[in-house]
Amino acid sequence: MGELFWIFISAMLVNNFTLVMFLGLCPFLGVSAKIATALRMGLANIFVLTLTSVAVSFLNAFILPSTPYLGLISFIVVIASLVQIVEAAIKKLSPTLFRELGIFLPLITTNCAILGLATFQTNRGYSFVEGLFFAFGAGAGLTLALVLMASIRETVELADVPAIARNMGLVLILAGSLSLAFMGFAGLFSS
Amino acid sequence: MSKTTPTQDLVSGIWKQNPVFVMLLGLCPTLAVTNSVANAIAMSAATFFVLLGSSVLVSTFKKWIPKEVRIASYIMIIATFVTFADLVLAAVVPDIHKALGAFIALIVVNCMILGRQEAFAAKNTVGRAALDAIGSGIGFSIALLMMGSVREVLGNGTFLGFHVFGPSFAPWVIMILPPGGFFTLGVYLLIFAWWKGRKQTTVHPRRWLHEVTAEAGD
Repeated sequence: MGELFWIFISAMLVNNFTLVMFLGLCPFLGVSAKIATALRMGLANIFVLTLTSVAVSFLNAFILPSTPYLGLISFIVVIASLVQIVEAAIKKLSPTLFRELGIFLPLITTNCAILGLATFQTNRGYSFVEGLFFAFGAGAGLTLALVLMASIRETVELADVPAIARNMGLVLILAGSLSLAFMGFAGLFSS
Repeated sequence: MSKTTPTQDLVSGIWKQNPVFVMLLGLCPTLAVTNSVANAIAMSAATFFVLLGSSVLVSTFKKWIPKEVRIASYIMIIATFVTFADLVLAAVVPDIHKALGAFIALIVVNCMILGRQEAFAAKNTVGRAALDAIGSGIGFSIALLMMGSVREVLGNGTFLGFHVFGPSFAPWVIMILPPGGFFTLGVYLLIFAWWKGRKQTTVHPRRWLHEVTAEAGD
């Protein structure tokens, strides 16, 4: 149980997907202007990450031992079709939620965090349950980073910023400071 | 068909439409693997190869790819080239392959590559698509090299492994850690914004005087 807990904490804080590993930067910079949207994007990511983790465990157990060179191609096909299925299911079951998620849902396919999770899970040889905790941790970390960034940006919106820093430059410097703060978690693992 | 000349196709991606500094595409590899110049070079070479290969293939098969499944088809083509690049790097430069780790696989989801397929290769002839891919590839490589040089020189005191400063130099370690990536790109963007703004506000003195008097007269 302790092992699983540390996998979760490691994926969420110490090796935060967005701020330390640079995965999923597109939504992090693109949809982090409002806290509400950032939170919804984070939750959608947790959902897809969990499904991907299950699918990757299945692929690793049954398909890939005989065809190792197909790893990357099969991952991306599975992720793309999973996102499509989730999209169709949500559209059918809850049209309101579908409208709220809007364009974010299909864009998750090209989010590097999802493919990154598939690759890391394979490289580290996680079991089914370990993979699930890894996915939860990664998703929680993504959501945390998105919400923190959105809160900072909402605060900074009214600040008197020099004209040259009104766009992406400022956001990246802010992200750097946030990343600096997350480096502090590296001390959690002393051994 | 595009209205641009072949030269424009080639040149625009290098600086005017630079994938990283202007379009802000493909940021994950830009920030993640630029902690040393050697990694940046390997990453640019792999991305360049994948971009050129998939652009040529996509523009060759554009008539046979149904519109509804085009994104999926592009991703399959890109993934095939990435698998190829991955195996070649693992065989030729195993050390660098290890250092880049999962980020080679992540070339598949580099939005810059998919963006070029959707925006250019799917609508143009093979030759034009190749030119465009070469231009964007060079632009991406320039950006990665600029990031990698600054980060390695400041963070480690070396350039491609050679020491740049004297022995008394204390390395600025934060630059090769993740925050350094965000800071370096942020500062680059600030410099470019300042450069652009400076050019726009420089007005000929006499014209400026004329405009001021015209405004005062209103």
